[in-house]
Amino acid sequence: MSSLQSQDVVARSATTTPPPQARAHVPEVAKLIDVSKCIGCKACQVACMEWNDLRDDVGSNIGVYDNPTDLTPQSWTVMKFFEVEPEAGNLEWLIRKDGCMHCEDPGCLKACPSPGAIVKYANGIVDFISEHCIGCGYCVKGCPFDVPRISEKDNKAYKCTLCSDRVGVGLEPACVKTCPTGAITFGTKADMVASGEQRAGELQERGWKSAGLYNPAGVGGTHVMYVLKHADQPGLTALPTNPSISPWVSVWKGWSKPVGLAVMAGAALTGWFHYLRKGPLETPEEETSATDDGSSTQGEQS
Amino acid sequence: MKTLQRYSAGQRSNHWATVLCFVLAAVSGFALFHPALFWLTALVGGPQWARILHPYLGLAMFMLFLGMFFMFASANCWREEDSEWLGKASAMISQGNQAKMPPVGKYNGGQKLIFWLFALSLVVLLVTGLLFWQAWFAPAVPIWLQRIAVVLHALAAFGLFLAVVVHAYAAIWVKGTLGAMVRGTVSNAWAKHHHPLWWREQVQPRATKK
Repeated sequence: MSSLQSQDVVARSATTTPPPQARAHVPEVAKLIDVSKCIGCKACQVACMEWNDLRDDVGSNIGVYDNPTDLTPQSWTVMKFFEVEPEAGNLEWLIRKDGCMHCEDPGCLKACPSPGAIVKYANGIVDFISEHCIGCGYCVKGCPFDVPRISEKDNKAYKCTLCSDRVGVGLEPACVKTCPTGAITFGTKADMVASGEQRAGELQERGWKSAGLYNPAGVGGTHVMYVLKHADQPGLTALPTNPSISPWVSVWKGWSKPVGLAVMAGAALTGWFHYLRKGPLETPEEETSATDDGSSTQGEQS
Repeated sequence: MKTLQRYSAGQRSNHWATVLCFVLAAVSGFALFHPALFWLTALVGGPQWARILHPYLGLAMFMLFLGMFFMFASANCWREEDSEWLGKASAMISQGNQAKMPPVGKYNGGQKLIFWLFALSLVVLLVTGLLFWQAWFAPAVPIWLQRIAVVLHALAAFGLFLAVVVHAYAAIWVKGTLGAMVRGTVSNAWAKHHHPLWWREQVQPRATKK
């Protein structure tokens, strides 16, 4: 799918000039997933398959509800089930809908070497533009949430688009539309933050002391947020506590690129100007056979 | 003009095959290193082909270099005169005159340094490159290791490129050098002037053997 021409692009992979930004008043959007309302029915997985026309291979049952067990190039959202004890002796069955978090500061976009293969629209959605994807897997290294999956069929990276094609024409994402319990809601980022914080407050009043909104600041906030019952322990459902772009990726895709390029170009130029100023190092004319013996004086030094 | 054989046909072929792989690997690698150089992918058949070919080109470069490594490693062992030569090298380069340089064998300290830089950077490139080769190995490598590998890969490529610039410029700057790797021969005067100890071995084989 090509990038949506009707959307402003605020960030574009491997691009050092401003992308198209004529439409100046696009509100940022967000999806809010309230895990306390989720019943694990997987209707969101089905809606995602249906809207995006994806058909994953039929897998095998591993003894728990997880199916498929992880995100794949054909499964852009997956329900993950966790049997945990947040407090000793108090078993809880937690369910989290996994998928792209649509970071405000996307590590995938930062790592991508192909111009325009990853874009971030003004509304906050991070989208993979498959026709420009070259299959290098750099986005996988950039992502703090382990989301992009590279297809073995076509070597393209795939992930949740937040239904950018639906949102672009004023519709909510397919998973939001289908969710039977209202666990997934969609709106402006500001509204979803307010709604998430309100819901977390309600949960706190009802005994979930550490309920809270998961909108990690390390990646500038996300356009997919969770209301967690145990926001102090995001690791219970395999979420990173303080996600941020790895410092290795920041060095690799940050200052090392311009500095490295400048030094390498400088080295080549230094050679050129050295030649201009000093000229070549010529070998003196062949000396006569008499001075050939003189070489032994050089040999004495060794 | 009297000439001396410096490189055999096999050694020259090995060298230039390595150069070819280096140039293509560098072109495709630079394209993915900085957006300003992405256009270089066109030289290897487009962006996807750059991604596909780059690891194979790198692998071929490593294998070819290995051939040269075994042929030339013994001649590149570090000796006392090499340190002395290297200490005086900056004066030679800034003055454009090598009259005061100490006599050296087949390779001077600078050439030996470059040889070992090539070897080191190629080993790092190979190992790190395998770790994040998406088509074959990356899915089995922990992500933290891949993140370190991409940085070290870029760093080693940076080092290799700088070493190649010095290597290539030295061959252009010092007249009579390029022929050694093209036709295989150097003039008697060149050998005596730039590599006197090697020259003596060549013209007086018995005298130097102890």
